[in-house]
Amino acid sequence: MKDMDFEKALEKLEKTVEELESGEVSLDMSLKKYEEGIKLVRLCQKKLNEAKQRVELLMKDEKGRFSKMDFEDEEK
Amino acid sequence: MTDTLFDEKKKIYTVTELTRDIKSVFESAFPAVWLEGEVSNLHLQHSSGHQYFSLKDENSIIKCVFFRNSNAKVKFQLEDGMHILCFGRISVYEKQGQYQLYVETAEVQGKGALQVAFEQLKLKLYKEGLFDERHKRPIPLLPVRIGVVTSPTGAAVRDIIKVACKRFSNVEITICPVKVQGPGAKEDIAMAILALNEYNEYLEENGSLEHKIDVMIVGRGGGSVEDLWAFNEEVVARAIFDSTIPVISAVGHEIDFTISDFVADVRAATPSAAAELVIPEKEVLLDRIDVSRERLNVALRTMLENLKEKVESLADSYVLREPINVITQFSQEIDDLEKRLNVFAGHSLDMAGSRFMRSAEKLEMLNPLAVLRRGYSITFKDGCPVRDTGMLRVGDSILTRFGGGEAESRIEKISATGTDKKE
Repeated sequence: MKDMDFEKALEKLEKTVEELESGEVSLDMSLKKYEEGIKLVRLCQKKLNEAKQRVELLMKDEKGRFSKMDFEDEEK
Repeated sequence: MTDTLFDEKKKIYTVTELTRDIKSVFESAFPAVWLEGEVSNLHLQHSSGHQYFSLKDENSIIKCVFFRNSNAKVKFQLEDGMHILCFGRISVYEKQGQYQLYVETAEVQGKGALQVAFEQLKLKLYKEGLFDERHKRPIPLLPVRIGVVTSPTGAAVRDIIKVACKRFSNVEITICPVKVQGPGAKEDIAMAILALNEYNEYLEENGSLEHKIDVMIVGRGGGSVEDLWAFNEEVVARAIFDSTIPVISAVGHEIDFTISDFVADVRAATPSAAAELVIPEKEVLLDRIDVSRERLNVALRTMLENLKEKVESLADSYVLREPINVITQFSQEIDDLEKRLNVFAGHSLDMAGSRFMRSAEKLEMLNPLAVLRRGYSITFKDGCPVRDTGMLRVGDSILTRFGGGEAESRIEKISATGTDKKE
């Protein structure tokens, strides 16, 4: 589940909610679904916060090597 | 001099006569001409539908009139500055002594070699299927890293960064700097699109923990048709098509359409719009997660409520006098579980869950129907359960419910010792 990207996790969360709301799952299944749902909520929140803000320039030289440098925006 | 000028033998014209002669000379000399030039002084006479304008080149100008019955057949609308080719005849408008071209038909001339090139390439790539919907890759909902192919000094890059800062702080932007106009621009752009794809492969091959590029924006700010031209080049179109990273094309303003727009997975009207399209508003996503969490809680609470009701109705059941304490105990236990689920914290759920299950199993055992199946029965009089012989009189009609079915009977004898007698 940790490897799941945000979009898939959110999708799965919303599906889990619908299943739980349908009332068609058994009691123990409901508890499992609830637990899974809460875990997905946490994963989504984590994914939302995990990336850093960064602006950089990517350059490739004649030999095909990549190099990066921070992008300085004069207006920033 | 004056004598000779007014000599009787000289042919003297009236203005009208001369004008008519000139007119007939013009008409016989130019009954059908093709005339090419730039439209100027265009005047549309709305009431009549006639169009008056001039055609000019560097040195000269000729008045033209395009009557309604003729101009209605032409699909495009004349505009000042437009380069057109007209067919018509030369004649003279006598009232003003004005020779002019009476236009019968017109077409846009040399519609810009660029325009022709644009349409030809568009058709070619369309036929090859480069614009097909089935090739469009979905744009990720929450990209962690966005590639940008544009000029590092242009307006586009600043607009994109501005939107990113405003909407969602946790996004990485990787700019692949390119020339966006002039010689070499198309090659630059195509190479950069390829380079971002190669960079993803490079990260993958090297097992880098760095996040790959999820989506890229290719574009530039506004400019003339010539300025935007690189985005109409085949080499750029093919690079976009070949990219495994989804591409958002963002060239110029709303009204500018380029070949890149057609090939890209999504066309954004401007670079800012592209950034808005690809960078979600964090608040919106957080809300969406919160809503889901609340719905989870409500669904589970509803389930618990239902269970509680079931327990309470069992407690009310008159058959179950004995185990009533057990049931109220379960009822409390469920309340307890509900509280704990509301303040749910990770590991406790497993425990809470299994206790819940045990309670449910016990409830099932106490289900009145299960009790009846074990050989007990309930007796009702007028729909009320009979708890005591005091409720009965001889001759009363009673209903007895068994595990399977029910029977109606009449009271013949009542013993006050506590032993109910039924027949």
